[in-house]
Amino acid sequence: MIWPVAFAELRPIFDWLYDMVSSTGLPEPWLSVVIYTGLGAMMFGVLAVLALYLVWWERKISAHIQQRFGPMRHGWHGWYQTIMDAIKLLQKEHVDVATRDKFVFFWAPVMCFVAAFLAYVTIPFGEGLIVADLNIGVLYIMAVTTFTIISLLMAGWGSNNKYALLGGMRSAAQVVSYEVPMVASILVVVVFAGSLSMVDIVRAQDGMFYNWFIFRLPFGPIAFLTYIVAATAEANRTPFDIPEAEQELVAGFNIEYSGMKFAMFFLAEFVNMFTVSAIAVTLFLGGWNGVFLPSWFWFLLKTFAVVLLLMLFRWTYPRLRVDQLMEFAWKFLVPLTFANLILGAWMKYAGWYW
Amino acid sequence: MVEAADTGVVFWLLAAAVLISGFLVVSLKNIFHCAIFLVICLTAVAGIFLLLDAEFLAAAQVLIYVGAVSILMIFAIMLTSRLAAHNVIQTNRHAIIAFFISMVFGLGAIALIAGTHIWRLAIETLPADNIATIGKLLMTEFMLPFEVVSVLLLAAMIGAIVLARKEGS
Repeated sequence: MIWPVAFAELRPIFDWLYDMVSSTGLPEPWLSVVIYTGLGAMMFGVLAVLALYLVWWERKISAHIQQRFGPMRHGWHGWYQTIMDAIKLLQKEHVDVATRDKFVFFWAPVMCFVAAFLAYVTIPFGEGLIVADLNIGVLYIMAVTTFTIISLLMAGWGSNNKYALLGGMRSAAQVVSYEVPMVASILVVVVFAGSLSMVDIVRAQDGMFYNWFIFRLPFGPIAFLTYIVAATAEANRTPFDIPEAEQELVAGFNIEYSGMKFAMFFLAEFVNMFTVSAIAVTLFLGGWNGVFLPSWFWFLLKTFAVVLLLMLFRWTYPRLRVDQLMEFAWKFLVPLTFANLILGAWMKYAGWYW
Repeated sequence: MVEAADTGVVFWLLAAAVLISGFLVVSLKNIFHCAIFLVICLTAVAGIFLLLDAEFLAAAQVLIYVGAVSILMIFAIMLTSRLAAHNVIQTNRHAIIAFFISMVFGLGAIALIAGTHIWRLAIETLPADNIATIGKLLMTEFMLPFEVVSVLLLAAMIGAIVLARKEGS
């Protein structure tokens, strides 16, 4: 079997693992099944640990912004606090409301968790470090994120609770609205890269940092800003977190969930935040491009920088009202992103770019 | 993409998913469950598109049918209190007779089409960049239908706004 991807930098490890699997003498279709399942499990493990650490990071950042220390007890500055929390949540009893819609209530967190991981098929973590370079890369990511919305609607409906229902409906209205400016700002990059494939988009930004799409004046910075705003809304984070606005809706769509079911929503939210940051890095910040250090290191460094930005948003801005949120999306972001897209396409056509 | 031997199994799995979820959509009593199974049905159809190397179509299917149409349907169900009451019975007492009559017509139509039509296989190989070809065709050969569809959607949107707007406000 030929590897679906060229894992350039981790090649020796993958070759060794492949030899191990192939020496068992499995016939071909099953060998592929085993290998792809292995890749999926590896991705799952990495992202689950990552989500736990993002939770810890968020708690530390929020604490320091509010002049507190945050978790300090477990290890150095509480570094394994969230691991302990996860173990606690795994052991907790599931308290389910009697009037819930059993089928919908059970599958909502599962769907949310799965949908959060689907995007990672086409995220290039480094040069040749991508599970599958689909030629519809960006479009694929946009398509699979819609399953998150459906899972939130399912959670809101299944809980049979008016706060949960309101939260689910708010999140659907919000995500559907902000998807329009998000796609329009992504399309600017697609126009300039001339491809939807994530790898091709990164290759179009090869070289020094001034080749990154964020520095293609004047549409690059505008597209990046509108993308970040829309992505914050897509990830349901403050200042766009009205689906779970604590003061209005208690906890929104996840109010009736407890134990590990709650943790699945919670971790999926952090995985989603990492996803939108990774997409921002791939599309606007040159992806894995960088000097001296290995490509995956640059990619993670830039992604964590964007994650930090999103976390700073959360702890510095107040939440928007529902009507303000919709007005901002439809009356400001949509016209702006479309004007930007037309400008970008025209400049590409006229050849006024470098 | 995947070898021919593997696609057979995957196709039958997807086809079964489409048929079973499609049947549940029209037979379940809880309308929210119907909407969820509609999502599964449409996603499985997207999977069949993927098997046929039509990646763009698959992504568009998920983006439009799952991401927009189904979500708006679920939204409408949530907002409509009469529908939100559980157990809306979808069938009446003629259901069994209707099932057999529609089966006769459906199978008859399939038999007729299968008997008369000669199925042509694509002779040319697919272009390497599927999406670029689709884009070019949409902007050149199929420009008029593409624009007409856009105008139609715009008209539907304006119509919806006019209907939803309260008089005098």
